[in-house]
Amino acid sequence: MNELPLIQTADLKQHFPLHKGLFGGQGPVIRAVDGVSIDIPRRSVLGLVGESGSGKSTLGRAIMGLSRPTAGTMTFDGIDMARASSSELKSLRRRMQMVFQDPFSSLNPRMSIAETLSVPLRFHNPGLSRSRRKDRAAEMLERVGLPGQYISRFPHEFSGGQRQRIGIARALIVQPDFIMADEVVSALDVSVQAQVLNLFGRLQRDLELTMLFITHDLAVVGHISDFVAVMYLGRVVEFASTRELFSNPRHPYTEALLSAAPSPKSANRRKRIVLKGDIPSPLNPPSGCQFRTRCPYAVEDCSHEVPKLRELSPEHKAACIRDDLSLAPATQQ
Amino acid sequence: MTAAVEQRAASSTGSDWLKSRTVKRFIRHRLAITGVIMISLITFMCVVGPWLLPYNMLEIHIRDRFTPPLTGDYLFGTDEMGRDLAARLFMAGRISLMVGVAAMLLSTLIGTVIGLVAGYFGKVTGTLLMRLTDSFLCFPQVFLLLTLAAFLQPNAFMITLIIAATSWMEVARIVSAEIRSLRERDFVTAAKISGASHTWIMFRELLPNTVGPIIVAATLTVAKAILLEAYVSFLGYGIQPPLPSWGNMLNNAQQFLDTAPWLAIVPGVAITAAVTSFNFIGDGLRDALDARSDMP
Repeated sequence: MNELPLIQTADLKQHFPLHKGLFGGQGPVIRAVDGVSIDIPRRSVLGLVGESGSGKSTLGRAIMGLSRPTAGTMTFDGIDMARASSSELKSLRRRMQMVFQDPFSSLNPRMSIAETLSVPLRFHNPGLSRSRRKDRAAEMLERVGLPGQYISRFPHEFSGGQRQRIGIARALIVQPDFIMADEVVSALDVSVQAQVLNLFGRLQRDLELTMLFITHDLAVVGHISDFVAVMYLGRVVEFASTRELFSNPRHPYTEALLSAAPSPKSANRRKRIVLKGDIPSPLNPPSGCQFRTRCPYAVEDCSHEVPKLRELSPEHKAACIRDDLSLAPATQQ
Repeated sequence: MTAAVEQRAASSTGSDWLKSRTVKRFIRHRLAITGVIMISLITFMCVVGPWLLPYNMLEIHIRDRFTPPLTGDYLFGTDEMGRDLAARLFMAGRISLMVGVAAMLLSTLIGTVIGLVAGYFGKVTGTLLMRLTDSFLCFPQVFLLLTLAAFLQPNAFMITLIIAATSWMEVARIVSAEIRSLRERDFVTAAKISGASHTWIMFRELLPNTVGPIIVAATLTVAKAILLEAYVSFLGYGIQPPLPSWGNMLNNAQQFLDTAPWLAIVPGVAITAAVTSFNFIGDGLRDALDARSDMP
């Protein structure tokens, strides 16, 4: 495990200024991502969870280089993305691909599947001939569990789950090292979700991919990821291996999330922790610990200082000052 | 098992689903079909008509001046010099339709490129281009047209250029609005991640998704261009006699309105028929391309 992690972010910040008026000056700033430092070890899957508006997708986009971070660095395989030369960047871009949330807007309705799958090849492997590209596309389509002859069809002829498979094929066709999957199963039926998740798991093992799996669904995270990072209001509040996080949560927010996940067994149903109110506005976050306004264990000290993400044990970090809590683990599944 | 179900779901929808639905909707649109038939008829007459008639459009028969329609060999009668009105009408139709279609092609091209670039790049480029579009829209089109026509040589080619230069704005606005909503879709982000160039994204990913609105706007532009050519020629800045156009035939007819009304009625009806037909086709296309109109 002494290998350099494939993805490293250091104090990554993504702020969005709200311009006001013609001579706006410095308007209010939305702190969508506010100082995130995470590592994703090679060949492992990091699940990123949090509720809507916690900055998961913004962090994902910043990691993919789709937006320029306000501050902090994002390092891929030891190369700082902000300082990389344009040729380095081009090869980095090939090595990091993305699968999207909405299977209906992520495929161009006017392009056949062959064309859609050829676009990444056309730009990342310009040497390939047209027929070679088509062969590769058909191969890839079979790899994600669709018949190769579907290649000449158009997106409207496929179901949501099939489209998501095509999205996966598009991401994998240039043989990337890293895949960011942004809520890839949230738009699908539960039965199709399982199929797509299993496909992800199989491909990840076979191709030795590193993955960032963004979701709001803890069951999905438990199923697929090796590590979990819990985000709240632009910050990572807990980071641990999946087993550790589920069995020994150290942040009250994680406990609340775990208690909210439905359990199939009614026997071991336990008290559900219902958080008060909504996630605060990232325009004007609370002082000190951002979770204190909704935290059942908040004390006076919580409002003074922003808690650091501290290493509590190897592979387990949490940002809570209260070490005296014994938080409830997830129900056994 | 589930894969088999998925397969069947995919194969049950034929590959021409969208196309045939759109075509069906268009065919069911009665006015649009009327428009298509009328335009085909007018075009056919303009192309073939002059060969079927016994007289040339410039041939003067001084003894047959002001012959009313359906007299002797003269289908639509003759004008003040005894020229066959039918021959003149069909030749004028060639010019008017040609100017209309050519101006439409040119203005659609200009409008599409400006709208595409403005909508895709947004920010400074987009704002500048769209303000330019707005500034063109500030002037009443007829005045802009007449001003330009006064400076340039009035012939069919120049009139086409002038009409195109003053009617691209609508297409530009439609395209830029479409592009602005499309460029936020995930497939554009996917293309960016795939390393696609701006040109690729604009012309291969975005443009094909806007053809519907462009075709509708283009059809309506033909109608507008025919009307504009008629305006300008009517006012004497357009196609110059003895070459006929529907507009300058009307101009010529004003002075004989009480003695030979057919001189005005015949080209007037031709203009009205052509313009309304193109408008009907445009409306029909708009409804046919809008999948929501299928719902009861």
